[in-house]
Amino acid sequence: MAQRDFTNTSFREYLAEKCLMGTRCRSCGAVHVPPRPLCPTCLASDMEWTEFSGRGRLTAFTVIYVAPASMIAAGYGREKPYCSGIVELEEGPRISAQILNVDVAHPESMRIGLPLRVAFVRRGEGEDGSMELGFEPER
Amino acid sequence: MTGRLARQVCVVGAGMSRFGTFPRLATRDLFVDAVREMYTSADQGVDPRRIEAVYVGNYSSDLFERQGHTAPFMADWVGLTPRPATRVENACGSGGTALHAGIAAVASGLYDVVLVGGIEKMTDLPTDQVTDALATAGDGMYEASAGFTFPGFYAAMATAYMHRYGATSEALMRVAIKNHENGSRNPKAQFGMTIRDILRKKIDKAREKGGAIPEWNDEMAFLHDPAANPIVAWPLRLFDCSPISDGAAAVLVVAEKVAKSFSHAPLRVRGLGQASDTALYARSDATCLPAARAAAETAYAMAGVTPSAIRIAEVHDCFTIAEVIASEDLGFFPAGEGARAAEDGATTRSGRMPINTSGGLKSKGHPVGASGVAQVVEVWKQMHNQAGERQVPQDVDLALTHNLGGTGQSCVVHIFERG
Repeated sequence: MAQRDFTNTSFREYLAEKCLMGTRCRSCGAVHVPPRPLCPTCLASDMEWTEFSGRGRLTAFTVIYVAPASMIAAGYGREKPYCSGIVELEEGPRISAQILNVDVAHPESMRIGLPLRVAFVRRGEGEDGSMELGFEPER
Repeated sequence: MTGRLARQVCVVGAGMSRFGTFPRLATRDLFVDAVREMYTSADQGVDPRRIEAVYVGNYSSDLFERQGHTAPFMADWVGLTPRPATRVENACGSGGTALHAGIAAVASGLYDVVLVGGIEKMTDLPTDQVTDALATAGDGMYEASAGFTFPGFYAAMATAYMHRYGATSEALMRVAIKNHENGSRNPKAQFGMTIRDILRKKIDKAREKGGAIPEWNDEMAFLHDPAANPIVAWPLRLFDCSPISDGAAAVLVVAEKVAKSFSHAPLRVRGLGQASDTALYARSDATCLPAARAAAETAYAMAGVTPSAIRIAEVHDCFTIAEVIASEDLGFFPAGEGARAAEDGATTRSGRMPINTSGGLKSKGHPVGASGVAQVVEVWKQMHNQAGERQVPQDVDLALTHNLGGTGQSCVVHIFERG
C-alpha cells in the first residue's frame, strides 16, 4: 500500500485502526503528532510515518461541566462531566485527548505528571460514530 | 522587521457602545454608537469626510449572526463608502489586530486618517452554540475532538500554573472581585455591580420569594458556593469566566502631523508588537503564553521602555487565570508571582500596577472582536483624566493594552504615550 498522506484524514484512519501515528522528519529526526507534511523544526518536507508507544504523562487537565454539542451528543454535560487533558508522549510530542477512568468527581486528587497510556474511544453509534484519541492511567 | 514605525502615529479619539445583551441591536447599530462617541471624544471634533479607510476587528459574525463580509456594512452604516473597508480576524484578538493593521497602514504613508473598529454580537445564540462557535478558535481537528472548550483550555493552563507555583483558586477569585469592583464604576460595563452587590441582590430575592436565605458572609463565601458559582471547567467556575456579550468600539488612528487638528492631547503609539504561536497542546509550557511574551518584547523594544514605566494596563482577562498569566508575560511580576500580586491587591486601582481599571473583559463584557479596541477606550479615558469614579490616583503618561486570540495563538500589545 502506498504511503498515506501526512494529513488529519490519515491520522484518523490510523486511529480507527487503533494506531497512534505521527510523522518523523527524515532530514532532522524530529517527531510530530499531529502529523505534518512540512517539518516545523528544519522546514524540510521529507516525512515518514512513525507509531508511538502510547505511553505518556499528564501535563495539564480540566474537568468540563459546560460541554460542547459533540460531547453533549455523547452523553456528557453537567450531570456527567469529563476530563480533557494534554499528554506528553514518551517520545516527546504533546497532544490533547480525553482522559478516561479518572475520578472526575474529585479533580483535586488528580496529579500533573500522572503516567498514562493510550485508550481509543468510540464516540457515537453506527455511521455517525467515530474513533477518538483517549488516554487512561497506566495500571 | 525594522522594529520601528516609518512615521509617528497617534490615536486622536476613542469611543464604545455599552457592552451587554441587546436583543434589538445588530452589530452595525452598536458600531454606529461607538463611532458617534469616538467623534465626540476628540476635542477638536472629527469631520468624517477626512477618514480615508476603515479596519474592523470581527471574530465571527458569520457564526453569531449569519452575517459575513462585515467591513463594508460597517463602513456603509457610518456613511463612509466607497472608502476601503477591511475586516481583520484573529479570534478574540481581532480588535487589537485590526488596530495593529490600521497603525501600520498610517505609518506606511498610504493613509493619514483611519477608522479602526471592533464588533461582535454574540447573544442571539443559545450558550451551547456560542461555546461551539468560540471553540472554532482552537484546533478543530486536534482539540475539539478531545472535548476541549475555551473555558477548558484556560482551566488546563490553570491546573498547570497551580501545580508549578502552588497558586490557589482564591487568588483567581480575587481577580474576579477586583474586576467587578472596577466594572461597578464603569457605566458601559455589562455587569455594573460588585460581587458583593450581586450576592446582596440574590439574598434580597430569596427573602422576597420566602425561600431559604443563603448564608454568604462575604464575596469569598459566595464564590465558594457551587450553587451560586458553579464549575464550568474545573478549576474555573462561572465567576472566573468573561460573559457572552454584544458591543462595539472605535478609535481614530492618524499620522502625527495631523493629530493636533483632531485633539489637543493625542495618544502617541510608542510601541506595538504582534506574535503567533502553535496550539496550546503543542507548547512545552502551559503556564505562560509565548506569543504574549514575544509581542510584549517587540512593543517594549520599540517604545524603549521597561515594564516598570507602564502606569496602567488593560489585559485580556477572558478568564481570571489569563489576567494572572498576562501580568507575568508583560513583565509586571516575575513568573509565578502574578497570583500572589492579585491576592495582595497590587493590581487594584490604588495598587502598584493597576490592571483592568475598566472592569476588564470579566466585568465590562467580552464581545470578542470589540475587546481589543475597547481596551484603548479605557486607556484614552485614564490618560485624559476622564475615567470618573474609577480614575487611578497617579498621572497616566504611559499605558499598555494586551489582546489575545484564542489560547494565545495570537497576541497584540500596544503601548501609548500621552502627547
